Amino acid sequence: MRASTMAALIVVAALAAACGEKPQTASGRKADAQAWDAAKGAYVAQGWKAGDQASWEEQIHNRAQNQNEYTRAPATGK
Amino acid sequence: MARMKFICDAERCIECNGCVTACKAEHDVPWGVNRRRVVTLNDGVPGEKSISVACMHCSDAPCMAVCPVDCFYRTAEGVVLHDKDVCIGCGYCSYACPFGAPQFPSNGTFGLRGKMDKCTFCAGGPEANGSAAENEKYGRNRLSEGKLPACAEMCSTKALLGGDGDVVADIFRTRVLTRGKGSEVWGWGTAYGKPVAGAAPKVTK
Repeated sequence: MRASTMAALIVVAALAAACGEKPQTASGRKADAQAWDAAKGAYVAQGWKAGDQASWEEQIHNRAQNQNEYTRAPATGK
Repeated sequence: MARMKFICDAERCIECNGCVTACKAEHDVPWGVNRRRVVTLNDGVPGEKSISVACMHCSDAPCMAVCPVDCFYRTAEGVVLHDKDVCIGCGYCSYACPFGAPQFPSNGTFGLRGKMDKCTFCAGGPEANGSAAENEKYGRNRLSEGKLPACAEMCSTKALLGGDGDVVADIFRTRVLTRGKGSEVWGWGTAYGKPVAGAAPKVTK
């Protein structure tokens, strides 16, 4: 009795496993938006204008300079 | 137009795995998937060197070339991304990639190999920028928030640089010139040999 119940439960679990899958549409590759088409939300960095490519590029360029310690503390001459 | 690239400075990397942790946390990357990892050469030997490796966002990406369902695309900034709704999880890209960037989550009730996951340069995927759907499939889209990849921005020694290739190359060049060493570990000389004074340049036919 217990074995048959267990077997039934396993079969039900196996059959129901696919119920957790999300539907997927067989479509082609989707087009992506440009990075400067800003994401909405509180986490968007300040200092640039959404939708403006030049503004975004300047923002990325300035942000990259945060990785350059020589702009923060100039190198001593050798 | 910016062309996004990573550079890792082997003279600075201290193998702290902060970049790996930052990536995992930022994108909620599942168990068994490492979009970024730190590789150490001559581990334990004095003078060992480490570099942080992820998708290099190749200009002529082999993963794109071999994908049978053409799920890859390159953004205007040179970031190689893929559409998980098109990916069939075949794993062919992992054979083509020289860096081991493509990762495959072992999910599902029967342990099936999931759809490919890799570093997105924090640029998300084809879903709407910053949307919940994008976040669930690809993680955070920091580029569209005007930010750079979390791994590079979190790097404590600034060994890992990320951003416009011209900018990060300039930063790296300034460092090498200032400290007088570092380019010999990973760079032109290692790949193609050091130039010899007076010798004619090698020509490969």
